[in-house]
Amino acid sequence: MGLRLFFITGYAWKVWRRNLDAFLKTYRVNFLPPFIEPLLYLLALGFGLGTYIEAVDGIPYVRFIAPALISISVMFSAFYECTYSSFVRMYYQKTFDAIIATPISIEEVIAGEILWGATRSLIYASLMLPVLIAFGVVDLPASLLVIPFAFLAGLLFASIAMCFTAITPSIDALNYPSYLFITPMFLFSGTFFPLTILPLPIQYLALGFLPLTHVVGVNRSITLTQFSPMIYVHLGWIAVVTAIFFAIAIRLMRRRLIV
Amino acid sequence: MEARPYYFTGGACISAIISADRLEKRFGTLVAVDRIGFEVRKGEVFGFLGPNGAGKTTTMKMIQCISPRTGGSLAVFGMDVDAHPREIKRQLGVVPQENNLDPDFTVYRNLLVYSRYFGIPRAEADARIEELLEFVQLQEKRDVMIDKLSGGMKRRLILARALVNMPEMLVLDEPTIGLDPQARHIIWEKLKSLQALGKTIVLTTHYLDEAARLCDRLVIMDNAKILVEGNPQDLILEHVGADIVEAEYAPDVVACLQDMDMPFETFGDMVQVFTDSPHEVARTLLETCDPKRVLARPATLEDVFLKLTGRTLRE
Repeated sequence: MGLRLFFITGYAWKVWRRNLDAFLKTYRVNFLPPFIEPLLYLLALGFGLGTYIEAVDGIPYVRFIAPALISISVMFSAFYECTYSSFVRMYYQKTFDAIIATPISIEEVIAGEILWGATRSLIYASLMLPVLIAFGVVDLPASLLVIPFAFLAGLLFASIAMCFTAITPSIDALNYPSYLFITPMFLFSGTFFPLTILPLPIQYLALGFLPLTHVVGVNRSITLTQFSPMIYVHLGWIAVVTAIFFAIAIRLMRRRLIV
Repeated sequence: MEARPYYFTGGACISAIISADRLEKRFGTLVAVDRIGFEVRKGEVFGFLGPNGAGKTTTMKMIQCISPRTGGSLAVFGMDVDAHPREIKRQLGVVPQENNLDPDFTVYRNLLVYSRYFGIPRAEADARIEELLEFVQLQEKRDVMIDKLSGGMKRRLILARALVNMPEMLVLDEPTIGLDPQARHIIWEKLKSLQALGKTIVLTTHYLDEAARLCDRLVIMDNAKILVEGNPQDLILEHVGADIVEAEYAPDVVACLQDMDMPFETFGDMVQVFTDSPHEVARTLLETCDPKRVLARPATLEDVFLKLTGRTLRE
């Protein structure tokens, strides 16, 4: 099994490389948004709304939301890459069909897509971080850990996204997870206000079922250099859920495409 | 279809490039391929003909190891398709029915990215791509994006892509679909020259002139089964005869043919007589039956096809 997984990864990187090539070809449109987006949020929320908020748990509001901005970007980039973009490649461009006519298997194609989704998260986090550093709202050098962690968090969101892509009847139906799953997460994962001000049942719901909660938890520890044992819970949750959804995504995709 | 058990030793075939025995594919209750048997020999062009829904594409997909069979046996290069898909696919060149070139890349990059899937080293790939672009006459289009290519160019590029791994065998699903006559002739010419290089070629097509021109042997499928198998010319002689005399349909022509005891078939507004002596039949018909128009012509694969599969429209 271990050996087989290794081979899967070897071939999966060729699929990953295809996506990297396509990404780099249009780098201008790809590299600009991650610079602009945190700037807008920082200005509007951090320095605009933030002036009315003294501090959250003793932390200045901009410093409180900075790790959430990175987490959200990590989520968006992996999730949208492995839903809409993967669906276009699978359904409209028939790219997956073309690839499985070569020695590469469908499992490896899906693994490569997920690895690429995670890589996009890593790229976006790497582009955002200098902006946040420039504004002095994240700690150094701890904040550099945000970059490798973005890949792990990206794997999580990419795997979940790929499950939706595998079962969606059409590209429009992907709006459901986008509005019903991603948007609530964007708001209720301890992003713009601490989870602790919500009723306890909702706190448990967020910790149990909203992946972004754990990603924000880890990133906030990193950028504020405040590590507590809770980080192990966050990392453990992410690792387990990623593994589960990764396996489900591959199984569902195989069922959809190999008939 | 009869199986050829003497080619099989313990389920594995040695002498044929592809061998299928009682090969079956079911989708739930639908039987798409119903226990067919055939074999493809090294270096030949082998065709699958049949109306839509006959099971041709499903058979192609099973050969390509991308659609698992539900029964029977299927070996490609002597290897079972379920057990050795990677090894088989490494030696296979595939031209799919639908154009699935990568629209994110140029002509050259399409071939380069594809060569990477086969693990071909960059320097080797570059050299091979140059040759292939020349072979399919697309050198000037190397830096053009896919959506700027004509239909014929896309098909040629897909053919080049299928050759990037220097495959032993090519599998082509309707290689000339939607092409103008010039573009079709170029593809035929290329396929002929590939056969001359010793490649085995398996193809499906709806164009019966194409099948007659290219195939050494072919099968005609209908309703998931193989109806006949053989060389195109032999099939014509066996099932239709060398020639056909056609006359415009009229009740008195039909009555006259019946009087003369001449076997005939009616297709729409045509009466057809299958014969080996077209001139005599045409003369007799003209002299005694007084038809409006008479045409004597050689029989074609199309006549065989329509005779065997009927004229009902398939959706």
